[in-house]
Amino acid sequence: MADILELRDVRKAFRQGFLLRSREVLKGISFSVGEGEIFGYLGPNGAGKTSTIKCVLGLLFPDGGTIRIGGRPHLETRAKAGLGFLPENPYFYDYLTAAEFLDFYAQLFGLPKSERRERAARLLGLVGMEKAAGLQLRKFSRGMLQRIGLAQALVNDPSFLILDEPLGGLDPLGRKEIRDIILTLKEDGKTVLFTSHILQDIEMICDRVAILIGGRIHRQGRLADLVSENILFTELTVSGIDPAEVAGLGRSLSAQGGRILLKVFDDVGLESVLDLVRERKGTIHALIPRVQTLEDIFVEAVKNP
Amino acid sequence: MTIAVIARNTFKEAVRDRVLYLLLFFAALAIVLSRVLALLTVGDRAKVVKDVGLASISLFGALMAILIGTGLVYKEIDKRTIFTLISKPIRRSEFLLGKYFGLLLTLAVMTAAMSAIFLVLVFAHTLAWEFRLLIPILFIFLELGLLTAVAILFSSFSTPILSSLYALSFFLIGHFSWSLETLIQKTPPGWGRTALRAVYAVLPDLENFNLKTEFVHGLTVPSSFYVYAPLYALVYTGFVLALAVLVFRRRDFI
Ligand SMILES: Nc1ncnc2c1ncn2[C@@H]1O[C@H](COP(=O)(O)OP(=O)(O)O)[C@@H](O)[C@H]1O
Ligand SMILES: [Mg+2]
Repeated sequence: MADILELRDVRKAFRQGFLLRSREVLKGISFSVGEGEIFGYLGPNGAGKTSTIKCVLGLLFPDGGTIRIGGRPHLETRAKAGLGFLPENPYFYDYLTAAEFLDFYAQLFGLPKSERRERAARLLGLVGMEKAAGLQLRKFSRGMLQRIGLAQALVNDPSFLILDEPLGGLDPLGRKEIRDIILTLKEDGKTVLFTSHILQDIEMICDRVAILIGGRIHRQGRLADLVSENILFTELTVSGIDPAEVAGLGRSLSAQGGRILLKVFDDVGLESVLDLVRERKGTIHALIPRVQTLEDIFVEAVKNP
Repeated sequence: MTIAVIARNTFKEAVRDRVLYLLLFFAALAIVLSRVLALLTVGDRAKVVKDVGLASISLFGALMAILIGTGLVYKEIDKRTIFTLISKPIRRSEFLLGKYFGLLLTLAVMTAAMSAIFLVLVFAHTLAWEFRLLIPILFIFLELGLLTAVAILFSSFSTPILSSLYALSFFLIGHFSWSLETLIQKTPPGWGRTALRAVYAVLPDLENFNLKTEFVHGLTVPSSFYVYAPLYALVYTGFVLALAVLVFRRRDFI
């Protein structure tokens, strides 16, 4: 699998304040994105995700390190020909309509008029915005901007997409839609790198991830390798027994209306609780084993950097 | 090609700027008020109309170039629209030149509008279409081209307010730098005089584009002027744009 993007020891410091004190926000970033994969670049706010992306796109000049896109030095204009980018909190020329907006970007790639029109219509359809074609961008909601931004990133039919917080500021339905579009893109053979500071419902679609904390990559690899299959604990909801009886077997989270929500940490404890419930002719309402998720690793990493 | 696409979009953006129409309104007002001024004068009233009219076109054209030019690049960075542009296969120089030519196109349209108002007013006085007055306006436009480049140079590294101040200073210095010549004549030869000469050589001389007096009063213009002034504009504008590209090429967009 060839690498579409390769970063090696990328460093960047910002000078700020009255004394222009230098603060390093990227402390030697190295990772690579392989062809055809969905790569999640994850980390809390302020970790340096956007700064990394800006270095890749040539918006920031790194102080050190090398970046290659499709094997070419990243500042070559040709390296960007097969690239699509959706910025964080997209803001666009708000005096243009959605159709004019896509047409403008298509013109930058020198596409002839008939093809531009055909492509704009197809992309508006892909992101579910056919009805907004004649609407000025200033009248767009946050979710609509995110979608038209995605359409803009696809205008040159790129093989590699960089999406900075594509789910930011979206409601659950919007998040699901964008997530599905990303999966469609992967099916079309495109490579996707996206950043996110929330993991909920997006970790599932990544082939590989890197977790960035404080300008350093904390961990990276295949999702399956990072997340162990081990059961962390089991959540039980039972009724018909006395809460005091199970107090020693696990952590009781709540006991309302005769139902007890219990967190049990090992097999012995689990067996004991189940035996007890059978003995007392109680009922088991739910039994949910919880395996480790990326979010657990993430939360733990943020706590102990 | 890319430059033309960006220029067209810049034009679309600039013609929506309210500042532009405010300035156009005041320019029209000044041109029309010159008629009132003319009524109060004894002597050649048409000359007053022409004098004030041309001066208004020059002044308000300069204000348009400066006030809009200094905001164009800054806005793209501030509103982060430049992020998506630079992520496309575009050179930064192409972006900057696209902005420049887009604004130049806007100024051409505005200058044409002011000229139309001006010619109509002159017609009201002289009952003749004096199209030769378009020649000094053409030279004013050369000056606007240079000012636009200067505005874009400053805005490629500074905020609109500061850039406007710098560009306005450039405009004022440009129109008064010729008075240094008098100073040079009065300075005794030596270091002081050489230094003044050096300063004078570097400073812009925007009076090079001023044909107002000649055309209003019907004086002859030496033919060498028609070669020298455009050449001066071309070289100076090219130099300023090259400098702007140089500054812009290495800056971070944060
Ligand atoms: N222009 C800037 N000047 C100084 N510091 C900055 C600038 N931009 C970002 N930073 C700092 O760099 C760090 C990384 O920011 P960013 O890359 O935006 O993080 P993320 O996208 O992961 O939220 C943050 O601590 C932020 O405060
Ligand atoms: Mg960010």
